[in-house]
Amino acid sequence: MSDVDASPSTAIVWALARDVRVALRSKGELGVQLLFYVIVVSLFPLATSPSRELLATLGPGVLWTTALLASLLSLPRLFAADFGDGTLEQMALSPRPLAALVSGKIAAHWLTTGLPVVVMAPLLGAQYALVAPVLGTLTLSLLLGTPILSLLGAVGAALTLGARGGGSLLALLVLPLYAPVLIFGAGAVDAVRAGLSATPHLSLLGAGLLIALVAVPFAVAAAVRIALD
Amino acid sequence: MAADLLLEARGLAAQRGRATLFSGVDFSLRGGEALVVQGPNGSGKTTLLRIVAGLTMPSAGEVRLRGDAMRAFDAPLRNVVAFNGHAPALKDELSAFENLDAWTSLQGSPMSRDQIAASLDNVALSRRQRLPVRVLSQGQRRRIGLARLALCDRALWILDEPLTALDAEAIGMLGALLARHLAASGICIAASHQPLPLEDSRMKRLSLGEPS
Repeated sequence: MSDVDASPSTAIVWALARDVRVALRSKGELGVQLLFYVIVVSLFPLATSPSRELLATLGPGVLWTTALLASLLSLPRLFAADFGDGTLEQMALSPRPLAALVSGKIAAHWLTTGLPVVVMAPLLGAQYALVAPVLGTLTLSLLLGTPILSLLGAVGAALTLGARGGGSLLALLVLPLYAPVLIFGAGAVDAVRAGLSATPHLSLLGAGLLIALVAVPFAVAAAVRIALD
Repeated sequence: MAADLLLEARGLAAQRGRATLFSGVDFSLRGGEALVVQGPNGSGKTTLLRIVAGLTMPSAGEVRLRGDAMRAFDAPLRNVVAFNGHAPALKDELSAFENLDAWTSLQGSPMSRDQIAASLDNVALSRRQRLPVRVLSQGQRRRIGLARLALCDRALWILDEPLTALDAEAIGMLGALLARHLAASGICIAASHQPLPLEDSRMKRLSLGEPS
């Protein structure tokens, strides 16, 4: 049994493939999250005046805030199902590194919940009379920012495993952590609208993503082990 | 399978909140031996199994594997343990076949399609292997758990109430699996209220008392 393959990459691929497969079998849940995003984004133009200027001002903030909420909506599912049915136990006891396994799970979470939000953004942004360069920056900022949401959210989801009222506790825990992502993400779009460069904001988002990518899997693995104890 | 496998517990104790579940639990098991843990509800059987599996830290004492003290989630322990707990660890969305396929590759010993199909055939589930686990009964889920044990080449089996929801036929299958495992110098630790299908000569007993 010494030939057990404990390399992180196989573990990441294993968890990613399994979670994507499970997610595709329960398309309903994915649809609900995406539909929530589409509906909430579309409510703001209905509720406010239809002036182009106002909508263009509101748009980036609304899209970003809603992306945050949509991410939050899908977070409880990230670990709770595996925790409940004992799969998380088996992962923690397997010879594969737990940090790599949870990385794969987080990647699958982003692919199935974050990426659709990024893809829909240009379409939904059109409702807010945003012009092409602004839409482009918005999409790029979401592309860099939504993985951070999945990563930070995973820490919260792992920490609230097994806690009573985990869902609402998760929101309280994670939303403040999301704030910097929102500020830089929406800030990048505002910069472009003001005729400035979005590069500083996007660079900071990129740096944040790299830091989260390195640190989060270990934090999540530690939190999962505590939850199993 | 490691013939020299030696598992010892020294002075294990566990607490839940302020209550002491048990203390001073000692045992020593060599390859080919089984330990049956008995005791009333709430006496800490599951906790003891989780401590030995490396999922929970004991409040005192230690678990030794081949003479080395193990902490929770230590790699040498993870390389030998197969844990069948209360939760079936099956994904409802996937079929029995897919569940076993995913589990064996998680354990680092991927099996061929034929091997997985044969293991499901052994627990009389081959006709259900393509159905999502969601539609299977409790007993059928437990049978997938048996197929999982048959597929893994782990030396240390930890079984929590392995007889739950099993019918007579499946209990026979479990007995055959256990006999083969012990004959191959494996170790088994099981908590059970009912008598396990095990040879007495290979069996040790441990009784956990009333919670004090």
